[in-house]
Amino acid sequence: MSQGRSVSSAPAPANPARPGALQPTHIGKIEKARDPRTALSRLLPYLEPFRSSLRWVLLLVISYTFLGLVGPYLMGVAIDHLLHSGQMAGLARLALGMLAVYVLYNLLQAVAGRQMADISQRALKQLRSDLFTRVQRLPISFFGEGSTGDLLSRLTNDVEAINLAISQNVTTLVASLLSMLGIIVAMFLLDRWLALASLFVVPIMFWFTQFVARYTRKGFRDLQRDLGQLNGVMEEAISGQKTAQAFRRKRAAIEAFQRHNQQVFQAGVYANSYALLLMPITSVLGNLFVIVLAGLGGWLALSGLVSVGIIATFISYAQQFVNPLRQLANLYNSIQSAIAGAERIFAIFDVPAEQDEATLALTELSGAVSFEHVRFGYAADAIVLKDLSFEAKPGQVVALVGPTGAGKTTIINLLTRFYECESGSIRIDGRDIRSIRKPELRKNLGLVLQDVFLFSGSVLENIRYGRLEASDEEVMAAAKLAEADGFIRLLPEGYRTQLSERAGNLSQGQRQLLAIARAILADPAILILDEATSSVDTRTEARIQRALLALMKGRTSFVIAHRLSTIADADQILVIDHGLLAEHGKHAELLAQRGVYHRLYTSQFKGEAI
Amino acid sequence: MASVVKLLRFAKPYWLRSLLALVLLTLLVVLDLSIPRLIQSLIDHGVLAHDRRLVIRISLLMLGVSALSVFVAVGNNDLSVRVGESVARDLREALFLKIQTFSYGNLDQQKTGQLMVRLTSDTGAVQRLMQITLRIGTRAPLLMVGSLLLMISTSPTLALTMLPLLLLTSGLIVFFLVKQEPMFRFVQQRLDRMNTVLQENVAGIRLVKAFVREPFEEQRFDIANQAYCDQSAKVMRFAAFMPPALTLCVNAGLVAVIWAGGLERARGTLSIGQIVAFTNYLLTTMTPLVMMTMLSNIWASGIASAKRLDEVLSVVPEVSDAKGARTLLVSAAPRLVFENVTFAYDGAVSDAVLKQVSFVADPGQTVAILGATGAGKSTLVKLIPRFYDVTSGRVTLDGVDVRSVTEDSLLAAIGIVPQESLLFSGNVRDNIRYGQPEASEEQVVAAARAAQAHDFVMKMSAGYDSRVEQRGANFSGGQRQRLALARALLLRPKLLILDDSTSAVDVETETLIQNALTAQSEPQTRIVVAQRISTVLRADKILVLDGGRIVAQGNHAELLRSSQVYREIFASQLGSAHLPALLEPGAAL
Repeated sequence: MSQGRSVSSAPAPANPARPGALQPTHIGKIEKARDPRTALSRLLPYLEPFRSSLRWVLLLVISYTFLGLVGPYLMGVAIDHLLHSGQMAGLARLALGMLAVYVLYNLLQAVAGRQMADISQRALKQLRSDLFTRVQRLPISFFGEGSTGDLLSRLTNDVEAINLAISQNVTTLVASLLSMLGIIVAMFLLDRWLALASLFVVPIMFWFTQFVARYTRKGFRDLQRDLGQLNGVMEEAISGQKTAQAFRRKRAAIEAFQRHNQQVFQAGVYANSYALLLMPITSVLGNLFVIVLAGLGGWLALSGLVSVGIIATFISYAQQFVNPLRQLANLYNSIQSAIAGAERIFAIFDVPAEQDEATLALTELSGAVSFEHVRFGYAADAIVLKDLSFEAKPGQVVALVGPTGAGKTTIINLLTRFYECESGSIRIDGRDIRSIRKPELRKNLGLVLQDVFLFSGSVLENIRYGRLEASDEEVMAAAKLAEADGFIRLLPEGYRTQLSERAGNLSQGQRQLLAIARAILADPAILILDEATSSVDTRTEARIQRALLALMKGRTSFVIAHRLSTIADADQILVIDHGLLAEHGKHAELLAQRGVYHRLYTSQFKGEAI
Repeated sequence: MASVVKLLRFAKPYWLRSLLALVLLTLLVVLDLSIPRLIQSLIDHGVLAHDRRLVIRISLLMLGVSALSVFVAVGNNDLSVRVGESVARDLREALFLKIQTFSYGNLDQQKTGQLMVRLTSDTGAVQRLMQITLRIGTRAPLLMVGSLLLMISTSPTLALTMLPLLLLTSGLIVFFLVKQEPMFRFVQQRLDRMNTVLQENVAGIRLVKAFVREPFEEQRFDIANQAYCDQSAKVMRFAAFMPPALTLCVNAGLVAVIWAGGLERARGTLSIGQIVAFTNYLLTTMTPLVMMTMLSNIWASGIASAKRLDEVLSVVPEVSDAKGARTLLVSAAPRLVFENVTFAYDGAVSDAVLKQVSFVADPGQTVAILGATGAGKSTLVKLIPRFYDVTSGRVTLDGVDVRSVTEDSLLAAIGIVPQESLLFSGNVRDNIRYGQPEASEEQVVAAARAAQAHDFVMKMSAGYDSRVEQRGANFSGGQRQRLALARALLLRPKLLILDDSTSAVDVETETLIQNALTAQSEPQTRIVVAQRISTVLRADKILVLDGGRIVAQGNHAELLRSSQVYREIFASQLGSAHLPALLEPGAAL
């Protein structure tokens, strides 16, 4: 796994220069610089459903921000009161007033925080949901090109980046802006000159933030990308670890990992060095603010222009002024990283989904299937099917035979519309399948694939995947037909046994039996068996054969198999060779022709003196 | 906490930098604290005493302090970022290396989705813990202690009234930390689940689409997503109480200062400047308190993740080199012996998959294994390269127990083509020379020819440079198997294991492969798991496995005569019509 990946990732900076001509939908290629506003503006609609709650939060924020200003004001009054009168009665009232203001202030803050936690998490949930739905709508061809790990990284790391920005509180943003505004107004009301003098910190702050942002934006973009790549490397290494171990290639896997890990480290240092610098520097700037106020205020007080109480209030305001500034700076950074994450998420949204303009719904299929001059290749220069025509009558069992790589599985890929044929047409009951809605089409095709995929869940749930509403009894009946019941009952918890991704507890053949049970349960109009029993021993297969024959009765079936004994009874055998239909007919006829089929059949014992 | 202590060793190589970062941080805090003090003397001695020069001097001094703190802050920032990122990198690496030591048995129990969450999200949480601790870890407590000390020196009696308040805030922080940690652990568990659903969906997308299960999968994801969302919101709702609770403490302190200070002022024991300074100290405490809430959040989630990382890091590989393991030296085709081998995946003999299996494969022999689905064929061959260890009995190569040699030398002698032929993303050439990256072009082509892969590879537009997608998704099953075979043949192993590795290859091609194998010049012991009689016809010895036991062994002709099971298998493939003739004496061979 060190190979191609290293080649594609090493000259990373060169990538954007070479617009994705080769792989138009490759996710790695989408990462070009985008307008940050687009990503943000696409995030905003996720807050739309919470409009009324947000209004409520805004009200709370405004209220507590206002209260936050009243506190120091009262304190200034209290100090001046102390200085001039020294009367305790008035002081008690002031102190009580302050206390009331502070309690209310914190109470409102807590309520707003709680509310925001709900809003933000629900908005993020929606984003994840949409991303998942999007991923599911992507065409099959997409999944070969991108790496699973990178895709996973978008759902976790990138959404997490947005989460960190939001959970650092959108309320902080509003509260900070408001309190800054409020403080400025309050300062101007108190003393115009002091206020003017203190405002000089603001431009410095903005300039500095802008300066840093230029680096952080790029930094986070690189970091999220590198993280995605590292994720890809790790995912492939872990899911392929058994093979790597058998070939003593762990070291290579480790080296590839280390290289990408180091890249993430460097990108992380770069992005965070700039991003995290903002916070301490803002603190220092805040101090500077206080110092200027104290110095200048002292000077003015000496000249008798302001009272000491006002200076105290000003310094208190200054402290409060710095906090929101610091938080804003911090938030600004998280937003940079959130934008980088959002861009990667929306890049998936922008990959064209599986196209389906068809409107036709299927009812009562008789199951006539015809291929008419079908031409198809996965790449323009590698045509798999050149000009294929055949017809399957309703209820026929059609066997597809031919050397490996002749295009048998491709025929299935076209029939299911995983891919669309380049020219020619495929018809079911005389209707072009391109006019039939994909879900309708696929619902009528029962597919048993070569590679059996099992989900983590119980045996029962995995079989029920064929028909979700099936009862436990129906599931078991299907398993019995597929000859799977016997071994399932021997599992530690029978049908309730949890299967894992690697399903170490099941043999390949047993997994195939589960897949067959799944198809039996689905009860489709057209059945497709793609090497469905290749890992099942022949005696078990012979027993399943009976079940399959019963299953095939009355429905059109396509069978791909290398064991010719499996297909000798087919109504029609199609021999595919070099992307063309080489021969077709029944077993006996084809044998008599002494052509390709005859050669394939007899080779089963070629060279053996039986 | 124990797992955090364990994880501290990842910070060890960076202790000097960490220490320096903390020293700089402390300095920064001291500088920060000096400002209110200076302001106090500016008001008391400058403004109130009408000392214009003092006002200027103190102002300039404060500017100097400010400038110095810029440098200190930048230094601390650089160090803390580096240490944080380094620890994250090392942690990821340790975790990845650990996972690499997992044997098949360990891997069977792990979901890729879960391991991925640990490698990303959990290391991220620990990284934040490190980084934030170095940035504000000492700041908050120091600022608080420093403020307290200064308050005491300003007015001991006033300070005393603040003491319970400080204790209260410290208590609050600990309370939140302890309460949040398990909550964060639940969050991560929900994330595991969600990630697994996504990972399975991407890996099984063809199935999902074929069965039109998108709505069902969306529902499944929604459940996981909702659970994660609920748990995250729960933590955050809880955390939302923390900053207000803490600031309320400080605010209450402010009120107390004004009240109590007012009383003292009335008695003339406190200056106005002192009261102003006092309120300043309290406000200075407020900032670190807000930081403290952040710190507590990050610590809680960091500790939760550290525990989860520790779980993976403390997994004991089921199979590892024995102490004093020797290097296996296999010069020629080895003799493979199974002696009374019993094996159960969970170690419980009652669930044994293989029972008392004994057989011998002599040097250069081809031994085929035939049997019903689930009979234990694949399991048997997996014991040879020690993917799993026998439960009892032993497996020997040239008389040496496979458990007594190093994994590396054992695997070097063995070439294996697994049932699931997994290819890696990259190109065809690199996939073939996967086991020996330095192999020459001739070797690659020779291996591909023997595996009957050369022709179809050459038909592809880019030949051996053609792209292979993740898991080899752009190749047909038969093509994948042949590439996997070429990959094993390239190694010219002394012992070749084919685990039903030509099931998706047509019979004609398979015959060509067999011919190529027999034509190899070097002797090779071969163990072949198969379903097809045609695959095993020429084997020197055929083992018929049934229910984990060897029920018959011998060559084709012998078994036809002696084994009912074998005859049934034969009949199931060729029809019983062939049988009578074969059973006539003298007809065989």
